[in-house]
Amino acid sequence: MQDLQFGAWVDDFLAGLWVTVYVTVLAAVAAVVVAFVLGIAVRTRHIVPRTIARIIIELFRGTSLLVQLFWFFYVLPEFGFRFDPLAVAVFAFGLNFGAYGAEVVRGAINAVPTAQWEGSIALNLTPAQRMRRVILPQSIPLMIPPFNNLLIQLLKSTPLIFLIFLNDLTFYSDQYRNSVGNENFIFPLLLVIYFVLSYTFTLFMHVLEARANTRLGRPVERRRIFKYRGPQEEEAVKV
Amino acid sequence: MATPETTTAYETTGARASGEPMIRFEEVLKKFGDLTVLENLDFDVAPGERVTLIGPSGSGKTTILRLLMTLETLTGGHIWVDGEPLWHMPKGDKLVPANEKYLRQVRKKIGMVFQQFNLFPNMTVLENVTEAPIRVLGKSRDEANEKGKELLERVGLEAKYEAHPSQLSGGQQQRVAIARALAMEPRVLLLDEVTAALDPELVAGVLNLLREIAETTDITMLIVTHEMHFARDVSHKVMMFDHGQVVEHGPPDKIFTDPDHDRTKAFLHAVIEER
Ligand SMILES: Nc1ncnc2c1ncn2[C@@H]1O[C@H](COP(=O)(O)OP(=O)(O)OP(=O)(O)O)[C@@H](O)[C@H]1O
Ligand SMILES: [Mg+2]
Repeated sequence: MQDLQFGAWVDDFLAGLWVTVYVTVLAAVAAVVVAFVLGIAVRTRHIVPRTIARIIIELFRGTSLLVQLFWFFYVLPEFGFRFDPLAVAVFAFGLNFGAYGAEVVRGAINAVPTAQWEGSIALNLTPAQRMRRVILPQSIPLMIPPFNNLLIQLLKSTPLIFLIFLNDLTFYSDQYRNSVGNENFIFPLLLVIYFVLSYTFTLFMHVLEARANTRLGRPVERRRIFKYRGPQEEEAVKV
Repeated sequence: MATPETTTAYETTGARASGEPMIRFEEVLKKFGDLTVLENLDFDVAPGERVTLIGPSGSGKTTILRLLMTLETLTGGHIWVDGEPLWHMPKGDKLVPANEKYLRQVRKKIGMVFQQFNLFPNMTVLENVTEAPIRVLGKSRDEANEKGKELLERVGLEAKYEAHPSQLSGGQQQRVAIARALAMEPRVLLLDEVTAALDPELVAGVLNLLREIAETTDITMLIVTHEMHFARDVSHKVMMFDHGQVVEHGPPDKIFTDPDHDRTKAFLHAVIEER
């Protein structure tokens, strides 16, 4: 049997795994912030924030992530904005996935019954209080399943960051294949690692969803958290 | 949102004269697109008066309450609450369409209980009742909790402070909604068919609670209901509506036993038949 020489690569792999995980997590956090800001702005009555939000959403959904990465990395420095690769990755992924997420946020807010708005108006809450105290807490459980889909897509898009010289898991696997040449070993391994990562994220999101539902007085059985759910079920909110 | 048009202020100063009504509708016009729901509607409600609105489906009863709760915008005319224009704010000697800040000022005086309760599912029963007193009236949490518990006790829900609305029966949810509205200490309470969504065996309990509130407070009430016995017990005045107009009004004894208009007779007949 051919020598896998894997021992020599373990440190690199772990470093790559770490880059994959933290780029995913940081970008996801950025995307959530972007999604809430744009998703709320796009629903306001004021035309200026609404239009700006709509333009940003369509721009980042309508052009490819690859081009956006390049643009932030190679074009912005021309105008004197230079960021390190990690910042570029978080920025580009955050805006791109945040733009998709904004539609999730918008859809989930719209899915809260009008009666809830009316109840909060009748109690004379301010517009900001209506949103923060009544509408958002009810729409967040609806956002989590589609957010989970986006999170997994985000994870699976992170290999693109090798283009801006960030060495992630896929990058090192490719290096390994080039130098050791054992693709029958490394690619199945890579597949399993990505699957384990995405399933971990999914479980985490299920826990969040269960907690959000419990706060709405709809406790979820623990069993449900680990249960496999088909894609239709994850697409709880139509956007 | 469509906003009412600017009009010259105080061209009609009736609402500001002595013996001010709590609520005054003045040439109120309400349209939904091309559909005119209320036209040339005038009526007054005195402070502390309890008025029941009756009339066939689609006659505009809910629309009247929703206009008062600022859930619908006014198309024309004026609505005055406690001498202040609800949908317009004074600016110089003109009345201009009210902004949110002004609306919040006038809305303080008004509370509403909905047919479908509209409780907040993301809060416990007690939180539903204390949220607005804390956020809007600026009460301390302790003070709001104390008052909230007192109100919940009054509506018969002392054992349910920590429950979620979804864990309550319809009748219990409606009691919470009533406590929640009262916690804001409104001068005017709007009740839109508050027992219509309840199972029959739960209706009497809620109506008795409202009777008790009517007897023990001087809150002005505008009530839409098909419960004619209840209307008769609690209201000082009954107004019969049809096509967005007041057909006739008077004390409940008169309207329910000896109405002047055929339309009222026909309506009452139909309601009693149905029971
Ligand atoms: N948001 C809306 N858009 C369009 N039309 C509406 C709207 N709300 C009410 N209407 C119409 O206005 C009219 C009056 O409705 P409203 O709900 O005030 O009647 P109501 O007297 O409360 O009737 P009911 O006894 O059935 O509750 C009806 O013809 C209704 O279809
Ligand atoms: Mg109605």
